[in-house]
Amino acid sequence: MKSLIRVVGAGVLALSACTIFAAEKVTLGVAIPTATHGFTGGIVWWANQAKKDLEKAHPGLKIIVKTAGSAPEQANQLQDLLTVNKINALVIFPFESASLTKPVAQVKGKGVYVTVVDRGLTDTSAQDAYVAGDNTAFGKLPAEYLAKRLNGKGNIVMLRGMPTTLDNERYNAFMGVMKQHPDIKVLDAKYGNWNRDDAFKVTQDYLTRFKQIDAVWAADDDMAVGVLKAIDQAKRTDIKEVFGGAGAKGMVKTILDGKDKRIQADVSYSPKFIYDAIKLTAEARLKGEKLPATTIIPSVLITKENAKQFYFPDSPF
Amino acid sequence: MQPERTESPNVSRRWRTALSGLGPILGLIALCIAGTLLNPDFATVDNLMNVLTRTAFIGIIAVGMTFVIMSGGIDLSVGSMAALIAGSMILFMNSLGAGGHPATLVVALGMGLSLVLGAAFGCAHGLLITKGRVEPFIVTLGTLGIFRAFLTWFADGGALTLDGELSDRYSPVYYASLLGVPIPVWIFAAVAVAGGVLLNRTAFGRHVQAIGSNEQVARYAAIRVDLVKVLTYMLLGLCVGIATLLYVPRLGSASPTTGLLWELEAIAAVVVGGTALKGGEGRLVGTVVGAILLSVISNILNLTSIISVYLNAAVQGGVIIVVAFLQRGRR
Repeated sequence: MKSLIRVVGAGVLALSACTIFAAEKVTLGVAIPTATHGFTGGIVWWANQAKKDLEKAHPGLKIIVKTAGSAPEQANQLQDLLTVNKINALVIFPFESASLTKPVAQVKGKGVYVTVVDRGLTDTSAQDAYVAGDNTAFGKLPAEYLAKRLNGKGNIVMLRGMPTTLDNERYNAFMGVMKQHPDIKVLDAKYGNWNRDDAFKVTQDYLTRFKQIDAVWAADDDMAVGVLKAIDQAKRTDIKEVFGGAGAKGMVKTILDGKDKRIQADVSYSPKFIYDAIKLTAEARLKGEKLPATTIIPSVLITKENAKQFYFPDSPF
Repeated sequence: MQPERTESPNVSRRWRTALSGLGPILGLIALCIAGTLLNPDFATVDNLMNVLTRTAFIGIIAVGMTFVIMSGGIDLSVGSMAALIAGSMILFMNSLGAGGHPATLVVALGMGLSLVLGAAFGCAHGLLITKGRVEPFIVTLGTLGIFRAFLTWFADGGALTLDGELSDRYSPVYYASLLGVPIPVWIFAAVAVAGGVLLNRTAFGRHVQAIGSNEQVARYAAIRVDLVKVLTYMLLGLCVGIATLLYVPRLGSASPTTGLLWELEAIAAVVVGGTALKGGEGRLVGTVVGAILLSVISNILNLTSIISVYLNAAVQGGVIIVVAFLQRGRR
């Protein structure tokens, strides 16, 4: 079916260059989770930004953004997008990997071009392309950075997000680097659920428990906010580095302005990748092309030197 | 009828009542001993103050929740309500602050707004439940969604943050201490004492208990049932307002995760403390102990690493059931 469309598309292209834009209309559905915390707030914002920019640039393109509060809701939205909106391309940030694999496979079976973002499906044949952030680098870069700042010696405590494969990947990457630095002790790793309040409580208890901490890997910029507050409250001066993650605008601004000497670096994992995924998919489909099977949006170390290019003051994240 | 025979079950019942009243306290003492054995740092003053301070939010809300549950009602919306109040306060204070008003005044007005909003939301709940005749479960389940959705909308899915100077001026409300005890702990204690007096020493308190035991009989006894019910929800709303005005200076921000699951923690504190979920009877002391117990569990889990972090929730669940078991036989 898909190849048929491409053959037809190629034929039209060969016949007349003028009519292809009229013939190759792309209706692109975007299915993403609702904004429940900073990161998903950013996802929603960037998805709508992509709709605005791309629809202006390409008159033949229509983008429909749907947000879902749960996996079953997202599955229902997929059906609506297919039957009511008659989409021929889909960009989906799956609410959960396993429970959305079948619904996505069905959409693909109807000839829709599917790009999956961030959370991979359990059966990769249900997708045409996969665009994701680099979770390994998300754990590896802070580990290397902290090891260097501590000169390979010291005590680190860390916070984890929620029990998910994504969190495990980051954690394992971090611990992998730490194995090469036997003089750095990782004292403990507890879940802070990617939110400020839980990170605050866990850090308070870390501070009660450990008398000498050199660095905290907060693993998320929201959690880093809670960590800093807890350290300030306890008036502890032994902690030299606090490393967040994701590149939230508040944190990037802190690095840019040099406001807090404990925050010197961050690692990018921007919700902007949904923008990139929509853009790549829309532009490829308008030309009748395919995306590479896997596109990894690299995570890079943000320091004072390059912070400017990661600062988006209008985004909520 | 032989007097001895009627007396002995009475005595044993009284014993059981007394013992069940002690259940949460015994549980708390056992937990504290376990905590000290696992990590000596547990028994330090600093850690104690940390635990009590973070209990303050849930504890204060649980005091109000005790009244609502005791009158036979329930409120599922308190977490979302706290989040929306926090967000509204921050927006309000930021806009006043930008208008050039003195920071102290702005903070005082913000705190006032928090109390007014809490009481207003509680009043709306009460009226919908009494005049509108909608089940409290449904009313507050509805507002649970509504409150949080509005906060998320205000925050654009991100976080609302209090401006720098206001945040500095406001932060002592959470971080400062009086006689070595943090302000939130003082306020928690004051709310608990006031709640105890209201429940046990006033006509209002007796009316609440009467309505929870048997609403029909309470009506026949010329108790103004609707008014009392509305007042319990307003009281709870006020408690949420107090908790929120203590919460905001901690991080100086509100996000869609603010107050997440507070309703369950508050209800659990009330029920673990010995208040019957069906209403009618309960103790405020139990609620306070219950709230402290819940935060002690997670504190101990953070201070040790003997079990996998994946099992933390299981330990919490287990302890709650054991404590409830200790005070069985009161239904």
